[in-house]
Amino acid sequence: MTQAQLAQGNAPLLAVRDVSVVFGGIIALNGVSFDMHKGAILGLIGPNGAGKTTLFNCLSRLYQPSSGDILMEGASILTRPPHRIAEIGIGRTFQNVALFPNLSVLDNVRVGTHSRTTSDIVSDSLKLGKVRRLEAEINKKVHEILDYLDLNDVAHTVVSGLPFGTQKRVELARALAADPKILLLDEPAGGLNHEEVHVLGDLIKRIRDERHMTVLLVEHHMGLVMSIADHVVALNFGRKLAEGTPAQVQADPDVIKAYLGSKD
Amino acid sequence: MSAVEEAANEAPAVEAVPKRAMTLGYGTSLVVLALLIIVPMFLKNFFVFQLTMLLIYALAVLALNILTGGSGQFSLGQSAFYAVGAYTSAILMEHMGVNYALTLPVAGIICFGFGFLFGQPALRLSGIYLALATFALAVAMPQLLKLGFFEHWTGGVQGLVVTKPDAPFGLPISQDRWLYYFTLVVSIGIYIASVNLLKSRSGRAFMAIRDNEIAASAMGVDVALYKTLAFGVSAGITGVAGGLGAIAVQFVAPDGYTITLAISLFLGMVVGGVGWLPGSIVGSAFIIFVPNIAEHISKGLSGAVFGVLLFLVIFLVPHGARQVAMVAQQMLGKLKKN
Repeated sequence: MTQAQLAQGNAPLLAVRDVSVVFGGIIALNGVSFDMHKGAILGLIGPNGAGKTTLFNCLSRLYQPSSGDILMEGASILTRPPHRIAEIGIGRTFQNVALFPNLSVLDNVRVGTHSRTTSDIVSDSLKLGKVRRLEAEINKKVHEILDYLDLNDVAHTVVSGLPFGTQKRVELARALAADPKILLLDEPAGGLNHEEVHVLGDLIKRIRDERHMTVLLVEHHMGLVMSIADHVVALNFGRKLAEGTPAQVQADPDVIKAYLGSKD
Repeated sequence: MSAVEEAANEAPAVEAVPKRAMTLGYGTSLVVLALLIIVPMFLKNFFVFQLTMLLIYALAVLALNILTGGSGQFSLGQSAFYAVGAYTSAILMEHMGVNYALTLPVAGIICFGFGFLFGQPALRLSGIYLALATFALAVAMPQLLKLGFFEHWTGGVQGLVVTKPDAPFGLPISQDRWLYYFTLVVSIGIYIASVNLLKSRSGRAFMAIRDNEIAASAMGVDVALYKTLAFGVSAGITGVAGGLGAIAVQFVAPDGYTITLAISLFLGMVVGGVGWLPGSIVGSAFIIFVPNIAEHISKGLSGAVFGVLLFLVIFLVPHGARQVAMVAQQMLGKLKKN
């Protein structure tokens, strides 16, 4: 894979190749493959236990696949420890919100810039000139993101006291602070009401367009996935069931069977 | 000592209080500083010595606060780091004739290394298991210091006598008073550096780990590195406190650094408010003065009286001095409005 190909956008930004995950005797993922292209919103759907979150955790290196490979811009991510995933441009949110509950919104988002910055404890303790400059840079970036996601009013509030919907937005802000190329969203619509889901869908599209990101959306909420995804991958029992445009996947008899059951 | 704000990290008992309200303001800091400078001028030497010990223990409590309040790791082994710092200073001064002030950075660096190395195996442990592992360290330390192998340097069971330094440049103040102001300068320096650290990228990494390790790691925080760094920093500051303690007490001996000291420091942290750095001095005052008060109340039952006092504090203000400070601030705020 050459740089030229990458620039043309032919090569996938992220490629999942034949990934299997086995826990003891249970096969959580069985030879799943798909590609993510730059600028796309890819929806990953499937009933409970289909392996969506398992795949998600492979991407953020919390699980090690038993076989297969995951390539980011052509290079395997499986040799990297979990804390070195953010720096290659993979950012994520968590299913049930995993913020730093005792920190303010500002500090939560500041931590998001960790992978893009460097410092050492001696200069930090002495607050040297370079540390002041770095803090100024971080603050500028963080305030831009808080503006973007309309979180300015709660900037100094400790996150544990915020409503769930706001916490989800803070988590998104924290992920954006690292300037990821790919944004992994684990059930962002969970716990939101109808209207909030609609707003969220617009927001995800806006982030993709304005901040030039590629989005992997793991979601139960079929309406959201079908309305914003360009491409959908359906999983069931750890296998890929169907892949294609939202309309194709929705019409796929295997998908219908997995969701609604069949007569026999 | 401007910014104490945000050094306070833990969720307070009262929720949804704006962050500014949880801090020691600029004015309050200056008042505390002024008191620390002026009061010793009018005290007898013995009380000045006690205030010196107050600052020294406050440093040790602060160090534990960075570890527990900052990075969320427990330690009942701080007495071991304190002992290593004390012996480093004592040995350098008495065996090698090094100036007392120069022994402190050495004690700090050696203890940083010691803490950093101890942090490596401790990575596999968390919560009460980590507390137990550090407890083992505290129990082992006094006996290690008594080993015949080190006796030439450590003085074995007898310990080492340390010469008290005179005030420099022929300043007309007593040794005790000089040592107090020297300790005060060191303490303020370390306090400011600690506040800076907790408010920096590294400090945020500590707190991120404390709050959610998996999320911290997903943000690119090297959890293992920052956990061991927190141990190193905490041990380093405790080492400086130990060195100062050796100089102030003029004596080091293995039995001065038992698990009792480690538990006292832990107690000081809880009474001062976990994660609230200014509380360290309040916690230190508690562990130094309250046992004396208990003894005044009843000589025979001083332990029991101390227990009751401690119980009252924990029962009435579980978040320690920080909670008292917050309530006071809220009441002041209400008074201003009316």
